[in-house]
Amino acid sequence: MCAPPLVQGRALTKRFGTYIAVDQIDFKVERGEAFGFLGPNGAGKTSTMRMIGCVSPVSGGELSVLGMDPALQGPAIRSRLGVVPQEDNLDTELTVWDNMAIYGRYFGLPRSVIRERAQELLDFVQLGDRRQDRVDPLSGGMKRRLTIARALVNQPELLLLDEPTTGLDPQARHLVWERLYQLKLQGVTLVLTTHYMDEAEQLCDRLVIMDRARIVAEGSPRELIQLHSTREVVELRFATAEERRDALPLLNGSGERVEMLPDRILVYTGDGDGTAELVARDGLRPASVLVRRSTLEDVFLILTGRTLED
Amino acid sequence: MAVAPPMLRVLEREAIVFRKLWRGSAFSSFVTPVMFLAAIGLGLGGLVERRTGHVAGVGYLAFVAPGLLAASAMQTAAGSSLWPVMAGTKWIRTYHAVVATPLSAADLYGGTVLWVGVRATAAASAFLAVAVLLGGVPSPWGILAVPAATLGALAFAAPLAAYAATQDTDLTFPVIMRLGIVPLFLFSGTFFPISQLPSWLRPVSVASPLWHAIELCRQATTGTPRWAAATGHTAVLIACVAAGWRWGTRTFARRLTP
Repeated sequence: MCAPPLVQGRALTKRFGTYIAVDQIDFKVERGEAFGFLGPNGAGKTSTMRMIGCVSPVSGGELSVLGMDPALQGPAIRSRLGVVPQEDNLDTELTVWDNMAIYGRYFGLPRSVIRERAQELLDFVQLGDRRQDRVDPLSGGMKRRLTIARALVNQPELLLLDEPTTGLDPQARHLVWERLYQLKLQGVTLVLTTHYMDEAEQLCDRLVIMDRARIVAEGSPRELIQLHSTREVVELRFATAEERRDALPLLNGSGERVEMLPDRILVYTGDGDGTAELVARDGLRPASVLVRRSTLEDVFLILTGRTLED
Repeated sequence: MAVAPPMLRVLEREAIVFRKLWRGSAFSSFVTPVMFLAAIGLGLGGLVERRTGHVAGVGYLAFVAPGLLAASAMQTAAGSSLWPVMAGTKWIRTYHAVVATPLSAADLYGGTVLWVGVRATAAASAFLAVAVLLGGVPSPWGILAVPAATLGALAFAAPLAAYAATQDTDLTFPVIMRLGIVPLFLFSGTFFPISQLPSWLRPVSVASPLWHAIELCRQATTGTPRWAAATGHTAVLIACVAAGWRWGTRTFARRLTP
């Protein structure tokens, strides 16, 4: 007998008029895992997240969150969720502390409980000494960390994060990732969307890849790479577009698969160094040759023919 | 329309914000109307009384005080139902954070409108106290002008907040103020009885919620209740609030939880 999934969608669909934002997707999120929706902008990730967060009614199919129906028990579900939206929506005129306090009151928490938790949470996101500061002048990374702390004020079982590090500099991103990892260790279930394959690889135990409103693949980052891509990739850059175009026919057969991108050619292969040698022996003179391991970006490219950043 | 506890949590937030930023709004919703009362009620009033004697059976100050009371409640209500709603939905997006909690879009709408009511009550009470001191409130029934002015404020806040949630920019808001609120302020019986207006304009004034609010306030402060008329005025204002409320719960939901 296994525990019921924390979130489950069956043929879940979202329509806005005639536009289909989410098209009959099936997925399950188990308690304690970090689950990702990876895909380019406009793939339907945010619409899916908003349905899970009970702020957007389901247009078709079924959705259960924490074992409840969002259409019937929205407030009860939301009282046990934490939400970190894509665009910050902090009360910028107020202080860090007041943001925490007011949000806690929205959940109906007693003030004494809020006082205790708010300080703990601000310490957790390393904003403990900024509690009396106004929010407006804080950096993007601090605002995002405050949004995360705010989302934790009701001790949620499930934390929804929509593009948690979009717009942050690398250092701020790593700090957010590290804090999210700590939360996962504490048993909080994370559901996040991202269009960064490194974020998905860093954070997600399991993920689905979304493209054009549908799920195109599902699994752990490692499984997805093993199943859909080769072990290694050789990236060839050429000095001019002509050289690149001329090289393409010569590369056929050099690996298991060849993809032409606007700025480079990718050769998918089990043995990167071997393929790189083969390319040199064929007389091609690329400006640069890079051998690397396959990533989720490659999986996405192979499955959809496009890159995530398109 | 019952006041559910979740709605009160929205009020709590507004109160915290107000505690920090009250000076500006206290000025526009209390000090400005009091200046109007002094300048027009006392200054212009002396001139008016010398020429025409009493206006509608009372001194000019007593005539204009309830008018300014209801009219300033309307102006405060309009200003604080338009731009703050745009800030919540678009500019700082705090409303989106609220609906992610157990509160619903309808709770948020209700709390927003009720907060305007709370502020209108406070501003009207302060204004009334000054009007009493200046001798502009002949009757102890005048205390009832506070709920009357509050109801008038809600009659504007409910539909205007509903409307604001349908807009993507605030381009139309100054137009509403200039072509809606200012003419109502001038021609709803604030400074002179609407019987002074050309006959074709009178029906327009009668259709104005502000006229109904002013009539209610004036009956209270001058101690001349006409119960049938008062019931009618109250019914019109309640109808405005109810219609606005119905609309607002929908526009907020459509805007925030599409």
